[in-house]
Amino acid sequence: MVLLHIIVNGRGYDLQVGADPHQVDPAHTLAYTLRETLGLTGTKIGCNHGGCGACTVLMDGVPVLSCLTLTVECDGREIVTIEGLSPPEGNDLDPLQRAFMDHGAFQCGFCTPGIILTAKHLLDRNPSPDAETVEEALSGNHCRCISHYQVVQAVLAAAGTEADRDED
Amino acid sequence: MPLPKFEYLSPKSLEEALQLLADRGEGTHLLAGGTDLLVKMAHGHLKPRAVIALKQIDALGGIRFDPGKGLFIGATALLDEVASHPDVKAHFPSVAYAAQQTANVQIRNMGTLAGNLCNAAPSADNAPVLTAMGAEAVIAGPKGERRVALDRFFKGPGQTVIEPGEILTAVHVPVIPSGFGTSYQHVSPRGKVDIAAVCVGAMVGMDGATCKEARIVLGAVAPVPMRAEKTEALVRGKALTPEILEKAGRQASEEARPISDMRAGAEYRKRMTAVLTGRALKQAAEAAAN
Repeated sequence: MVLLHIIVNGRGYDLQVGADPHQVDPAHTLAYTLRETLGLTGTKIGCNHGGCGACTVLMDGVPVLSCLTLTVECDGREIVTIEGLSPPEGNDLDPLQRAFMDHGAFQCGFCTPGIILTAKHLLDRNPSPDAETVEEALSGNHCRCISHYQVVQAVLAAAGTEADRDED
Repeated sequence: MPLPKFEYLSPKSLEEALQLLADRGEGTHLLAGGTDLLVKMAHGHLKPRAVIALKQIDALGGIRFDPGKGLFIGATALLDEVASHPDVKAHFPSVAYAAQQTANVQIRNMGTLAGNLCNAAPSADNAPVLTAMGAEAVIAGPKGERRVALDRFFKGPGQTVIEPGEILTAVHVPVIPSGFGTSYQHVSPRGKVDIAAVCVGAMVGMDGATCKEARIVLGAVAPVPMRAEKTEALVRGKALTPEILEKAGRQASEEARPISDMRAGAEYRKRMTAVLTGRALKQAAEAAAN
């Protein structure tokens, strides 16, 4: 029996590889496993072919597309989904989540988990980006509600560099 | 959403991978970053019987630089690793730049430079400048290793010289000789969210203001990334004045054989070929002077 050990949002999971319903088939994508096997439905599947960025999760700290990642390739990896961004106890939101709410940086919200995780990685690497850097970093995340302007504002606000927006 | 079922194999050595490839035969596909393969599988264009993952093979990973032998980019080296590697940035800036300009953050964290070449899209961001620099594909097969210069590597859209049973193990980039400079230029009407409509890679050798050697490669304007040999001949031995750069651009646009598609019309591609060729030559000459 092949076992996969995957850490999702700080919790370890031992998953069996196989064809039974509770097992991981080699054809399962990480997006599918997160949603259907682990019940973490915060990760959204938009286009399911790597075009929209909605399924973005952090793997070992960097954003990847969970719809184009095979779960069998995730052994030993550490995954963070939107559920893992704020601690499960208490009501603390990540500053990015707070800023997205304050700026109305979504309408339907379907693309939001992926955008926030991509932005999280940006701010981890670059705590005070300018607007152009935010746009470049988020170029793999699409929003069909055209909330991009508010998204950029929200990310700058979370970084405390909102003033940069006025220079545009 | 599960993909079509397949047998997943994850060999630990190149020898094991070559053996599995030979044993499983037709319908077996190699998986590096998966950003092209899994898309084709998700669309139902490809239904592999077996998938051989390359990531567990240590010998295929990483980036090595040797001041004498040049740069070796392993088959599973990620685009982001190439774009951010200190030796690549210092000694092969256009290689790092092209990798940085490929797709977006997520794809660069997953996809590989070698995979970008093996996918053989005419618009592949990493092909033009590597081809101009005389880079070669290192290919392992049942009969041993062979090396193929990238200007003979691509056969058509999605097609390369890699034979069934062979694995591209690395891309070798020779050291840029003293007095030579490189450049990569590209344009997409939709900015970062789409692949290049036209891209140009150049390497020039300068003697003062005179161009003594030039290699120019045009992407997305022919079935494969193509050498613009008449343009190379036109600039060889000349000072790269604004007039010569303009002539070179016109010559390159005549050599280009673009199609019209949803990304750009053929006429637009021809005009942009002229503009980008001039820019690439100018920037490569400036890099040669430094």
